[in-house]
Amino acid sequence: MVTTQNQAAPRALALPAKPPRRRPRATSGTGRLAALLVSPTLLVLVVVVLYPTLVALKDSLYGTPGLNPKTGFVNDTDPFVGLQNYGAIFGAAGARFWNAFWNTTFLTVTTVALETVIGIAMALIMHRAFQGRALVRASILVPWAIPTAVSGLLWRWIFNSNGVANALTGQHILWTTEGFHAKLAVIIADVWKTAPFIGLLVLAGLQVISKEVYEAARIDGAGALRQFWNITLPLVKPALLVAVLFRTLDALRMFDLPYILIGAKKTSVETLSMLAQDQAANVRFGPAAAYAVILFVYVFLIALAFVRLLGADVLGDDGPARTRRWWLPRRRTEVAA
Amino acid sequence: MTLSPKLRKWLLYAGVAAVVAYCLAPFYWMLVSSLRRTSDIFANSPFPTRLSFENYLAVLDPSESFTRALLNSLVVAGTTTVVALVLATFTAYAMARLEFRLKRLVLTLIIATSMFPVVSLVVPLLKMFVDFGWINSYQAMIVPSMSFTLPLAVWNLTAFFRQMPDELEHAAMVDGCTRGQAFRKIIIPLAAPGMFTTAIITFIAAWNEFLIALSMTNKPEMQTAPVAISTFSGASQFETPFGSQMAAGVLVTVPLVIMVLLFQRRIVAGLTAGAAK
Repeated sequence: MVTTQNQAAPRALALPAKPPRRRPRATSGTGRLAALLVSPTLLVLVVVVLYPTLVALKDSLYGTPGLNPKTGFVNDTDPFVGLQNYGAIFGAAGARFWNAFWNTTFLTVTTVALETVIGIAMALIMHRAFQGRALVRASILVPWAIPTAVSGLLWRWIFNSNGVANALTGQHILWTTEGFHAKLAVIIADVWKTAPFIGLLVLAGLQVISKEVYEAARIDGAGALRQFWNITLPLVKPALLVAVLFRTLDALRMFDLPYILIGAKKTSVETLSMLAQDQAANVRFGPAAAYAVILFVYVFLIALAFVRLLGADVLGDDGPARTRRWWLPRRRTEVAA
Repeated sequence: MTLSPKLRKWLLYAGVAAVVAYCLAPFYWMLVSSLRRTSDIFANSPFPTRLSFENYLAVLDPSESFTRALLNSLVVAGTTTVVALVLATFTAYAMARLEFRLKRLVLTLIIATSMFPVVSLVVPLLKMFVDFGWINSYQAMIVPSMSFTLPLAVWNLTAFFRQMPDELEHAAMVDGCTRGQAFRKIIIPLAAPGMFTTAIITFIAAWNEFLIALSMTNKPEMQTAPVAISTFSGASQFETPFGSQMAAGVLVTVPLVIMVLLFQRRIVAGLTAGAAK
């Protein structure tokens, strides 16, 4: 992974935002070939992503089957209720929704912020370490590779009331019960697992900064801190932003970690994904779909904000591409692969 | 920096040790706990006082069907990886090497699908698969897993194909290769390390998947390993089998850790052998 970052990043840095890369190609008729190569992927994604999303959108307009007043039996079909599910979310069912919304937001902001700081620190250390580099790289991949379900179990064991976390800190906290400490447990477990991922991406960004830049800065009398703020951070920013974007999108749909570490239906840590899953598990597909749609819109808006942020960056050297600005896939696709 | 070189060196060593400890300490704790006897599972000594494999024997006991869960995981994650990799290789080649209309839009759409919350796909797919009679089948887990593995693989491979200089392919085509031959004989061998890396990343993502596997199965013998260990219960209902859970966690993670080590070597090989340098 490090290598790929390493080599993909300079190319992306060197490219202006919108070069119409139309070098003459060796063969004609690439359009048909491209269609042939791309269509299987598109077909699969239409079936497993686009279609279910549209179905979810439709389902969110239907309620749970009620009693038929004429026959007294439960109806077979879901009644069409229009926007009632959404109305309920912002009205009657509002408390649980807003709790889940703020939990999702709070957990996302705190975990991503901590991961970024720890990840950068890790990358700076790894970048300077020449001995034991292989060991560091291998060990940094371990938290990333551990399944979230396993990490949930592992941290539940560590945070057990008789577990090692209480023993080491001399506390007697019931970590996995309701309360702020449950949030803290989720944050710690999540940061442990994903900070190394940010570290890896930032390390890749660091490796493409040429030594001459630092030498020049040193000759000009810049100290270590100054070098970090004025050279390292700006140059590593593209790689870092992509890492943060991906972590943010992932944190917004957090499900397995709080589900296993703390449990389902716990007010302290219930996220929007957990709320939607809980509704679906109770065969309330309409409200479940409505929660899922709201989560989707939320994720989409955050992603859009990030891409605009990245775009604003690129456009420093690219005037006429204003209309292209807001989808700007080039940067995202090339930097972080 | 005003620090003496010697002090800096020691600080660096301390930093490296801190990073390694941060990453490995919880994993180590899982390993140590899994090797304790049930009677001293709550001991906090850094090494097991009496080494015991009873937790592993309990997990691998046929009555727990955990070996079956590992096999299920292998089938689901393996099939997902192979299918995603094949589809993604063609698409990524087109993205990196061909010019066609709507390319940016198509790539944007493919990447954008990876940000869809899985839960919003699972609910409608669950309804659909109930109608198909697919519940408790491998395909019910493999098909939805394409939603996140395919964009991941396309994205990774596109970056790999882009890194390779156009000139190699052009030279081959000037020498009389067709585009297909150039792809088979030049691009694929050169991209092998990249494809291997992509396969590993895709496999780990599929192996670690939880929500889909949880929703699409209700029979223990069809559960994947992550779901199986989360529902792991001991002989007694009132005693959480922490030791067995840790042993199961180690067993689920070990294949990944082995891969991570192999993956390291592959990267080094790719670096030194790459003709693209």
